[in-house]
Amino acid sequence: MIDKKWIGQEVGHSTLIIERGRLKFFAKAIGETDPIYSDEAAARAAGYADLPAPPTFLFAAEMDSGVLFTFIDRLGIPLSKVLHGEQGFEYLVPVVAGDIVTVSSRVKDIYDKRNGALEFLEMESTVTNQDGVTVAKLRNTTVVRN
Amino acid sequence: MPAPAFDTIEVGDRLPDLLLPPVDRTTLALFAGASGDHNPAHIDIDAARASGMPDVFAHGMLGMAWLGRLLTSWAPQSRLRRFDVRFSGITHLGNAMRCSGQVVEKLEHEGERCVRLEISSMNQYGQPKIDGVALVALP
Repeated sequence: MIDKKWIGQEVGHSTLIIERGRLKFFAKAIGETDPIYSDEAAARAAGYADLPAPPTFLFAAEMDSGVLFTFIDRLGIPLSKVLHGEQGFEYLVPVVAGDIVTVSSRVKDIYDKRNGALEFLEMESTVTNQDGVTVAKLRNTTVVRN
Repeated sequence: MPAPAFDTIEVGDRLPDLLLPPVDRTTLALFAGASGDHNPAHIDIDAARASGMPDVFAHGMLGMAWLGRLLTSWAPQSRLRRFDVRFSGITHLGNAMRCSGQVVEKLEHEGERCVRLEISSMNQYGQPKIDGVALVALP
């Protein structure tokens, strides 16, 4: 069972430069063909300062940091036992190519169901940009199959 | 692409469905690299089998990214305020997903006129994989 002492604790933060090339790769990987996600001129014409990061891209910033998987490893949970249960985003300011974002993650809750057969790890993260402005909030629930 | 006008939208209106090609290994490999989720269960059949799965399976976040496409093809991304989902089933190789959305509420949220959408994705056999809600501000 996951030690509940972790509830409320900060478990790490990381900084990611939002690169155009990475955003174009992400757009290709998800089959996104709207030119605002791959053509800087189209993005500017649509009112963005540069290519916008697609709605779920900030999860990549969190994954790049390795914060979640490192924490799961630290808890002694094999990656093969975890599933993604829930994911949420709250958007405050658009994130575009050239931004430098910092993701800070905290354990929100830990609980179990079915007498521990399933454990749930809820994390919440705040994303700030290079100006110190909070641009988004993320939350995710990881399910551990014991 | 302009956003739909708040006054022309009614509860019950449906977004145009987004239909995806069947999930294949190439898609999963590309998404692993692009998303930064390198969990081998999605890209290495040996790792998937070692964890009790018959084969590699799709990242939940790939399905959520497709729901994101459903939303941003309906209203510009700059109007998206919240996007929350629950993963209810594993998306397997060969699953061809259909993403759907429907307006369920018109409301004011932090001084903006918004619509709440219920969104979901299911495979070609009608098995649900993701359900969730999104909040979109409209002009």
